[in-house]
Amino acid sequence: MKMFDYVKPATLAEAVAAAAQPGAAYLAAGTNLLDLMKGGISRPDCLVDVSHLPGLDRIEHLPDGSVRIGALVSNAGLAHDTEFANSYPAVAEALLSGASAQLRNAATVGGNLLQRTRCAYFYDSASRCNKRDPGSGCDARLGENRLHAVIGWSENCIATHPSDFCVPLVALDAVVEIEGRGGRRELPLEELHRLPEGTPERDTVLEPGDLIVAVRLPPAARGFAAHARYLKIRERTSYAFAVVSAAAALQVENGKITDARLALGGVAAKPWRARAAEQVLKGAAPEAGRFREAAEAAVVDAKPSGDNAFKIELARRVIARALTLAAAGTPARMPALPASPFASSSGALHA
Amino acid sequence: MIHSISLTVNGMRREIELNDPRVTLLDLLRERLHLTGTKKGCDRGQCGACTILVDGKRINSCLALAVSHDGAEIVTIEGIARGEELHPLQAAFVACDGFQCGFCTPGQIMSAIGLMSEGQAGDDPERIREGMSGNLCRCGAYAGIVEAVLEAQASQTEVKQGRSA
Repeated sequence: MKMFDYVKPATLAEAVAAAAQPGAAYLAAGTNLLDLMKGGISRPDCLVDVSHLPGLDRIEHLPDGSVRIGALVSNAGLAHDTEFANSYPAVAEALLSGASAQLRNAATVGGNLLQRTRCAYFYDSASRCNKRDPGSGCDARLGENRLHAVIGWSENCIATHPSDFCVPLVALDAVVEIEGRGGRRELPLEELHRLPEGTPERDTVLEPGDLIVAVRLPPAARGFAAHARYLKIRERTSYAFAVVSAAAALQVENGKITDARLALGGVAAKPWRARAAEQVLKGAAPEAGRFREAAEAAVVDAKPSGDNAFKIELARRVIARALTLAAAGTPARMPALPASPFASSSGALHA
Repeated sequence: MIHSISLTVNGMRREIELNDPRVTLLDLLRERLHLTGTKKGCDRGQCGACTILVDGKRINSCLALAVSHDGAEIVTIEGIARGEELHPLQAAFVACDGFQCGFCTPGQIMSAIGLMSEGQAGDDPERIREGMSGNLCRCGAYAGIVEAVLEAQASQTEVKQGRSA
């Protein structure tokens, strides 16, 4: 690991000033950053430790019905907050389907949003990668790419964004609060991450010094609590990134879908909101034929970036199944295997 | 530059002068405090062999910078027995053959202590398997590990019921 300077600012303003310097990076838990630094993928000159900054570790349920999640709340702390999990069950399910219990205890909300892709070519410093080394090329494009993007990719980069948490958040219109050199601003989460186009080295629209301080869910997000699920297909039952995942949230009244939210994970360089599919669902009865139509609408612009055409069909099926699960209703208790397609009952055998 | 931190490790306060900010909690424990029970497996957060408790919560010590944990309370595998009396999870791992080579065992036991205090799994084997998925065992002792956690859970429940009776 390259040597770095370590600074521990006492205030947000000091943190922003320090991190705006060239070569500086924020450190929260470091669960992704340290891994990247050990591999020589990230080589910061200075780490600005924000893990002790006051006031960023609270979950605030606000009087208007929204919730404000401090950027330093841990993934586990959020998922196991009873009021949060009851109000936003698909978000809790997504969190608990990600990483391991140890990582969820450490990893923060802000860090989850800003984690980097797990593309193997990005991690392998002997490979060409435009995200790691701009202009060097993309060895994934003609390499082992069955898990890569099928939506929004470019010839320069076919990596996906790995977060589960972001998928239901983007479906529920989450807003990101950012402290930067120009003060505080906010941004819809949907606009935080970038598609690769010609500059895949930029994962997000954040500028030097920008610090995510909170994520907010608007009052309407609570309205989906009765019919909200996250479904995640993995190559093993637990502790694996999504091949394809979907967050589905419905409001159902008198046998009709009055509002619908759908987003996909594992398919693009950002959490992918499927608005066209939502339009197909609104006003319809919650039934299988309409769910398949919605799934079709969600992947209409998808195309394989390599040996991964199967992910498009898989996405259709994951969407239809997530919508079916959401329509059936949020389970009273978190499933034993969160977001898993495997039926779970006490004593069931899984390898 | 020297970074001074203080940690409580297995109940003992330690004042530490770090001359290198790159030191992880794992390397600090093993190389500087000579607590080698915590194991370095992958060193990248994938295997769980380095699991310790920090402020009561299980984490991967390989992905935590020591310099960032000033004031933390740390418990490692060396700190859980009471003298010669094994921690109930240690005893259960022995009784249930929860290991073969033993390399992953300190991490498995620290992770299981974390799992039990989180209180999410109870006596459901599937929830235990899911909650322990961050600890790999290349000998494949998983069946014994789940059994050991179930046994420790059952004896904890008995103790609690005994106290309340």
